[in-house]
Amino acid sequence: MNATRRNLIIGTCVAGGAAAAVAAWPFLESWSPSERAKAAGAPVEADVSRLGPGQLMIVEWRGKPVWIIRRTKAMLDDMAKVRDQLLDPESRRPNQPPYAANETRSINPELLVVVGICTHLGCSPTDKFAAGDPTMPAGWQGGFLCPCHGSLFDLAGRVYKNMPAPDNLIVPPHRFASGTTVVIGEDTKGA
Amino acid sequence: MAEARAPAYDSSSWFGRTLNWIDDRFPMTVLWKTQVAEYYAPKTMNFWYFFGSLALLALVIQIVTGIFLTMHYKPDASIAFASVEYIMREVPWGWLIRYMHSTGASAFFIVVYLHMFRALLYGSYRKPRELTWIFGCLIFLALMAEAFFGYLLPWGQMSYWGAQVIVNLFGAIPFIGEDLAIWIRGDYVISDATLNRFFAMHVIAIPLVLVGLILAHLIALHETGSNNPQGIEIKKHKDANGVPLDGIPFHPYYTVKDIFGAMVFLLVFAIIMFFAPEMGGYFLEYNNFIPADPLKTPPHIAPVWYFTPYYSILRATTDSIMPVMAVAVAALAVMTILRVRSARWKGAVALGALVVIAGFFALDAKVWGVVLMGASVLVFFAMPWLDQAPVKSIRYRGPLYKTALTLFVVAFVVLGYLGVLAPTPGRTLVAQVGMFVYFAFFLLMPWYSRWDSHKPVPERVSK
Repeated sequence: MNATRRNLIIGTCVAGGAAAAVAAWPFLESWSPSERAKAAGAPVEADVSRLGPGQLMIVEWRGKPVWIIRRTKAMLDDMAKVRDQLLDPESRRPNQPPYAANETRSINPELLVVVGICTHLGCSPTDKFAAGDPTMPAGWQGGFLCPCHGSLFDLAGRVYKNMPAPDNLIVPPHRFASGTTVVIGEDTKGA
Repeated sequence: MAEARAPAYDSSSWFGRTLNWIDDRFPMTVLWKTQVAEYYAPKTMNFWYFFGSLALLALVIQIVTGIFLTMHYKPDASIAFASVEYIMREVPWGWLIRYMHSTGASAFFIVVYLHMFRALLYGSYRKPRELTWIFGCLIFLALMAEAFFGYLLPWGQMSYWGAQVIVNLFGAIPFIGEDLAIWIRGDYVISDATLNRFFAMHVIAIPLVLVGLILAHLIALHETGSNNPQGIEIKKHKDANGVPLDGIPFHPYYTVKDIFGAMVFLLVFAIIMFFAPEMGGYFLEYNNFIPADPLKTPPHIAPVWYFTPYYSILRATTDSIMPVMAVAVAALAVMTILRVRSARWKGAVALGALVVIAGFFALDAKVWGVVLMGASVLVFFAMPWLDQAPVKSIRYRGPLYKTALTLFVVAFVVLGYLGVLAPTPGRTLVAQVGMFVYFAFFLLMPWYSRWDSHKPVPERVSK
């Protein structure tokens, strides 16, 4: 074949291919979340400066209730006592970001950030923080009770053995923007 | 107008003149003859050859019922579930059309699985039908996509959480996964945006692709001619007119046969549709009668039955199985290196195996679950080249292939059954064994298909 003609054909194919790729871009990009969806799913900031020891606050993130709990030293010590009654005390199952896969399921042991939805059927568990609560089983060291089917969780959202709930409560991605501000929905970098 | 050709029909009648008029402008008679009336198919095509035409029938059922369902369905997360209930309760005959569509989905997969099994029995994927097979595999992929997108539309709990699980699989891909999953959903969770795009994929994009692929599948098939239970090429022996001696015209012989098959199929179809449309929770899962609720995860999420063998493979890929898989890949690589001659290929296989084995330990088992699930479908594409037997049909193959195929079918069914159930350590172990059998059927085929004892293949077809 004539070399000029062949080169022109190749050039036309390349130009046409580039044009097709550019034309495809708006269509592919149309699948990305819209600004409205991004706004609805944006990370949420929570100011924890006024959260007292042993208190719980609820922040809504992507339609889910996220709990932030400031655990006292006593609470953290009590947690260790029930360790052998828990299904996944070391958080081996992937119900939290890697930086919260530890015994306290938190970045800062004092502050627990967890999605307040039971992993069984999505009810919202009730806080039963008082150790030795008379309405709770003997030896209760504080935690959560799901009112729907009775699943028990400890103060790190770890589920007890033989409960209807199959997993620990979910820890959402979060990071500390400052000592008193938690950003829920953004991962802690370099952790 | 076409070049002057002798008119095919009698010009003295108005009907003949009309047909001639069309033939001068469109190759109607030529198409009818080459593709149907003078398409010579082997005279021994048996029971297993019903399922190709039945798949076409299932497609027609799905398209016709689907068109009518879109006239009443609303792809909006706030009203989708209610619109399906509206179809079921208030649209005149809506319940029938929807049950035809839901039963049709399962029927389509049953028919397609049997159609594929026929190819495994008689070596229909072998030379010269490789492209027919590859188009068929693409149809299977498109069909899976079609079923997956369609399953979200009723917006029930299983629709929602099934889609959640499958889209999250893409999130397991390293580096790009999370962004890819968000791109697919158009949101951070399965939402209205996801429902809308899945609707578009289900009602127009994938069906168009599917129809195009089916045409290509048939064109390729009619180019090579149909296979037969003995895997004999009937085109080797032709009469003076070029007609295969062992061939009979597709019409009327196989049209009549296929119509009979269609009657039996429709009878069974109607029985299921009228008396057991939910099929005990297998065709329509019970959890899908509850509206989708992003805050409530069902205790057990299982895909519809036709996806469960692959879902089982996904779940069976756990951390504990990775060392076994590494050993298997290493063994396969050594066998391949001993087998291939070129030094370059030996190096490439060794390097590839090392990368994969390193990946087994470097990446999460979840990622490999996704990879293996994909591979379990894609491996079908390679069959024409994995099979090295000198014969095509199981009738002339030896005990090795017969055993392998039996084990494969057992593994497929067991994996499918386990995929419906909640996992327990014991079941996971069985699924892992099943997964190895599944892949061994394909990946060891180059060896056992060659070592097998084979019987001589006759020149001409017989019963």
